[in-house]
Amino acid sequence: MLDGYEMTVGLEIHVQLDTDTKIFCGCKNEFGAEPNHHTCPICLGLPGTLPVLNEKAVEYIVKAGLALNCEINTFSKFDRKNYFYADLPKAYQISQFDLPFCEDGHVMIQLEDETEMKIGITRIHLEEDAGKLNHAGEGIASSDSSLVDYNRVGTPLIEIVSEPDIHSPEQAIAYLKKIKSILEYIGVSDCDMSQGSMRADVNISVAPTGSDELGTRTELKNMNSFKAIEKALKYEPKRQIKVLESGGEIIQGTLTWDDEAGKTIPMRSKEEAHDYRYFPEPDLVPVIVEQEWVDGIEDSLPELPDARQKRYVEELGIPEYDAMVITADREMADFFEAVVKEHNDAKAISNWIMGDFSRLLNEESITIAEVKFKPADLAQMLKLMDEGTISSKIAKTVFEEMFATGKNPDTIVEEKGLKQISDTSELEKIIDQVIADNQSALEDYRGGNKNVFGFFIGQTMKATRGKANPGMVNKILKEKLEG
Amino acid sequence: MKINKETVEKVAHLARLEVSEDEKELFAHQLSDILDHAEKLNELDTEDIAPTAHALPIQNVFRKDEVRASLDREAVLANAPQKDEGMFKVPQIVD
Repeated sequence: MLDGYEMTVGLEIHVQLDTDTKIFCGCKNEFGAEPNHHTCPICLGLPGTLPVLNEKAVEYIVKAGLALNCEINTFSKFDRKNYFYADLPKAYQISQFDLPFCEDGHVMIQLEDETEMKIGITRIHLEEDAGKLNHAGEGIASSDSSLVDYNRVGTPLIEIVSEPDIHSPEQAIAYLKKIKSILEYIGVSDCDMSQGSMRADVNISVAPTGSDELGTRTELKNMNSFKAIEKALKYEPKRQIKVLESGGEIIQGTLTWDDEAGKTIPMRSKEEAHDYRYFPEPDLVPVIVEQEWVDGIEDSLPELPDARQKRYVEELGIPEYDAMVITADREMADFFEAVVKEHNDAKAISNWIMGDFSRLLNEESITIAEVKFKPADLAQMLKLMDEGTISSKIAKTVFEEMFATGKNPDTIVEEKGLKQISDTSELEKIIDQVIADNQSALEDYRGGNKNVFGFFIGQTMKATRGKANPGMVNKILKEKLEG
Repeated sequence: MKINKETVEKVAHLARLEVSEDEKELFAHQLSDILDHAEKLNELDTEDIAPTAHALPIQNVFRKDEVRASLDREAVLANAPQKDEGMFKVPQIVD
């Protein structure tokens, strides 16, 4: 795709932890509250206040570290990152510099060609989020003032830094989705990108294929949509190559992604003159993470997507791809397993989950938690199919009705009169009528045109509004037509 | 260690301080003296001493994840030079 060049992508993923309170004070950690309702002297950075670390935030970052195969540092500390910005009331952010909680992790990603790839994680550190700026007018550059809401200040954030192992947009997206899936599984964050609880800084560089050195990189900050990231990753390397090919140089700096124009735009480089002057945070003492604590957290981890996927393939016998799609979303996998518990045909269940179920979820844009029917209802519907009470065609109707109303399949079949007709004498009567109504087709058939058979099947189904047992119709029709 | 005028200017800019030409000379001199004084610590042999992360020999001070009352917004905004819609109003950020 990139003739003679290879792209390298680095991702710094910021994830808000789902604690009840902020990282250093007892203010509520909640999205969407009225502006400045969840603030206190500590998160407002008033002089003389002291932060106290939320134990849960440490537990969550250790949990994330374990789930992402990291080493957990026994000795960890916080540092001050100094800069002036209106969203940062203290004029410094409490973060971690040289002794983060987690280092040297990795995740496995699966690509479309079914290859598997390991993406390294350099480190995960814990820090506080900044406030939210609301710009009047057109945007940050054109407004003459901004309004600041400090509710978000002090929300616990983990920053997951990847190794330069990613070399395509597809790999980047697969990595992001894997991280999101794992963090949702372990319940440390809702990872809701639309609310900003997961967002990424994306570093992009290109270098001639085979070169040992990475090219100069540009950075896109605070990207919160997979689609935008993918588009930016398709655009930016090509832009960089064009600059290099025409004898130019890549200027290291921050860009913004203009989604409408579909291109990256440089931000003023003056803002880049960062010198954060990190130093150890004097208001917080170090944290020693005892092995016993780590072990306890490790024991509390649920089965993670990779293990679950393997189990589905090996024990339930569903295809690798189905297993990957279903396990990517914990709620989806939980739902699937609940149905499997009631009905032992995992492949049939996976077909419904991957097919009509996913389609309807998308069309209605609802989550699994909002689904009206219960896993047991789907199991019951499959039983009705197996017993021959409903045909597979009718099952589709039943399923859609279940999805729309939450009624159980027995009720739907009863109310709508969808029961399959498997009574021989009843079917014979219907088929006799169909044949009587179509004498010329009958003559065609008997004259050797066997293709007319399908027409008779269609007419019989039409007469029964799809409820006739297809196997029996086939058999009876054959007998009658052969005469 | 010698601190020159350019370093003083850079540090002053990072701290958003305005300093006069005279002050730049004065501070360059004073900061050099302070650093020279601190340099003396390098004379100590710290071979077997673990790095100090904090002046206090204490670790693991935590609070439980329990919600406490936040400040009343009136109080939060009481000293804001400018406010609007329950928020702090600040001047243009990017020029």
